[in-house]
Amino acid sequence: MSNDTTTRSSTSTLQDVEQFLYRQADILDERRWEEWLGLFTDDGIYWMPASADQETGEGQPNIFWEDHYLMDMRIRRVEHPYAHSQKAGHRTSHVVSNVMIESESDDEIVATSRFHMVEYRLDEQRYFGGKYTHRFARMDAGLKIKLQRVDLANVEGPFEYVMQIWL
Amino acid sequence: MPLDQYNNLGSLVEPDRVHKACYADEQVFEKELENIFYKSWIYIGHESQVPNAGDYWTTWVGKERMILCRGENGDVNVLYNRCPHRGALICNNLNGNAPKAFRCPYHAWQFNMDGSLRNVPMKQGYEGVIDLTDPQLQMKRAERQETYRGFVFASLSEEGPSLEEWLGQGAKAAFDDICNRSPEGECEVVVNCFRIIQHSNWKIFLENQLDAVHPSITHHSTGDAAADMQRVYKEKTGDEPPMGYQFLADFTLPYEKWDSLDTIGHPYGHTLLAGYMGLRPRDPVTIAHEESLTAVHGEKRMDEILSTNVHHVLVYPCLSVQPPLQQLRAVRPLAANKTLTEIWHFRLKGAPEGIYDRSLAYYYHVNSPSTMVNADDLNNFRACQDGLTLEGGGDWVSFHRNYGQDPVENGITTSVTGMSKQPMRNMFAAWKEYMSA
Repeated sequence: MSNDTTTRSSTSTLQDVEQFLYRQADILDERRWEEWLGLFTDDGIYWMPASADQETGEGQPNIFWEDHYLMDMRIRRVEHPYAHSQKAGHRTSHVVSNVMIESESDDEIVATSRFHMVEYRLDEQRYFGGKYTHRFARMDAGLKIKLQRVDLANVEGPFEYVMQIWL
Repeated sequence: MPLDQYNNLGSLVEPDRVHKACYADEQVFEKELENIFYKSWIYIGHESQVPNAGDYWTTWVGKERMILCRGENGDVNVLYNRCPHRGALICNNLNGNAPKAFRCPYHAWQFNMDGSLRNVPMKQGYEGVIDLTDPQLQMKRAERQETYRGFVFASLSEEGPSLEEWLGQGAKAAFDDICNRSPEGECEVVVNCFRIIQHSNWKIFLENQLDAVHPSITHHSTGDAAADMQRVYKEKTGDEPPMGYQFLADFTLPYEKWDSLDTIGHPYGHTLLAGYMGLRPRDPVTIAHEESLTAVHGEKRMDEILSTNVHHVLVYPCLSVQPPLQQLRAVRPLAANKTLTEIWHFRLKGAPEGIYDRSLAYYYHVNSPSTMVNADDLNNFRACQDGLTLEGGGDWVSFHRNYGQDPVENGITTSVTGMSKQPMRNMFAAWKEYMSA
């Protein structure tokens, strides 16, 4: 069973990662932005490629490519009193599943998972799904995201409206 | 409201106001396709989108589905995406490569990239029945196809002005300004198309592009957040923040600044807005760019090229181009209340990589599916469309601001202030002409 990654990684690693992913989903759905930023290392990046076969986000078109500063700007923007387009009772619900540990070392874990997300806005519900690839740093304070890659199932679009919050 | 209730379509447009049916009525929309989108020139794509033989991209002209492709002889062609046999779409993907020939997925009729019939399986069934060299059995080419500096346009009408005549100085500036900024005089598309649906009429988008009143209101939150982050970035790192923050912070320029800009109305509805963003700072990237142009053209010409300061050029009815940031949005109307935008950006051949990075930053912040700018615009467009669809509450849309005050010379209108509704009036004057023809 050489492909059975869960037996190669320790059960506690898998549990740690699963709990992290569930908590991250909860933070997004409850819009706890300060906690969101705390999920990432200082140089952590949130990345949604613009195509399925993209190997890096640097210097290329992306749907999201955000460091700490850009994420901070997005938070300030959606919470701004004059962000009129964000007043529509925007709500999301994430489910994360199929968690697998791809690799593990003393200071790093790479894990993949699948997500489904529904978003409610202006009397309409949109549906997103895709794959997360998290590169975690193991730190004294627990896991932190160095790079989160989000591959949307419908990456080519067309998109009805745009995405204002990370998925 | 049925179309025959309007005396004629021209009566929907007065010099300073237009009837809501222009935006909300499906019959008016059908007439727009017929009179505007199937008669004028429509942008199809850039030659560099299809670099190799067999490469293709699909797109729309009105409700017609078209293919941009390159043949083995290097020619770029625009074809209707329809098999002459049973009518199936030949290319069902957004883009791809058809090695050697297009092959219909239904019965394997094969076509060369110029649309000519290459092969039909079990030909003997047609012997003595029809002539397989009959042009009727080819994939139909667009009625007309012309290219300006690498930008490919098609017209589905046999007749009309040539592309260059139709573009005129006003709209040619869009492509000249992009290409001239390259030391090689050419640009190259980055093969990525962001496609975003607007739940609104196509004209609402074009009008908004040149509406200098809206940015500091509509984009207030994003401009503030970006200005905040410029401060935070500097405090934390001691470095100058990346230019992307400035692109966003610029949206909250004071009214006076917007009012001081020019908009210029050209024939056929092409309209432009002068630039306002400081895209010529004294940083190493800009200086290297200047040097690369000076090496080819000398300093005087370099300065002429980089002093050209245009923010948006609308090529009516199909494009919004931002030359100094090398990007464009193609407008594909799908219904009176639904518009697809296809959003592209370009590299300047031979220019420093840092110039591309600027284009990419703008493409990300303003034009990507995570944009914090168009998010607000799209919200407004939809609110307009929903309001204009209502039966009650009034019938007209106001374009009164500075009406009668914009000076006209040789058929070209220069707005008296940046906030003048000159662009809307100019576009609707062209609309009325097309629709009354």
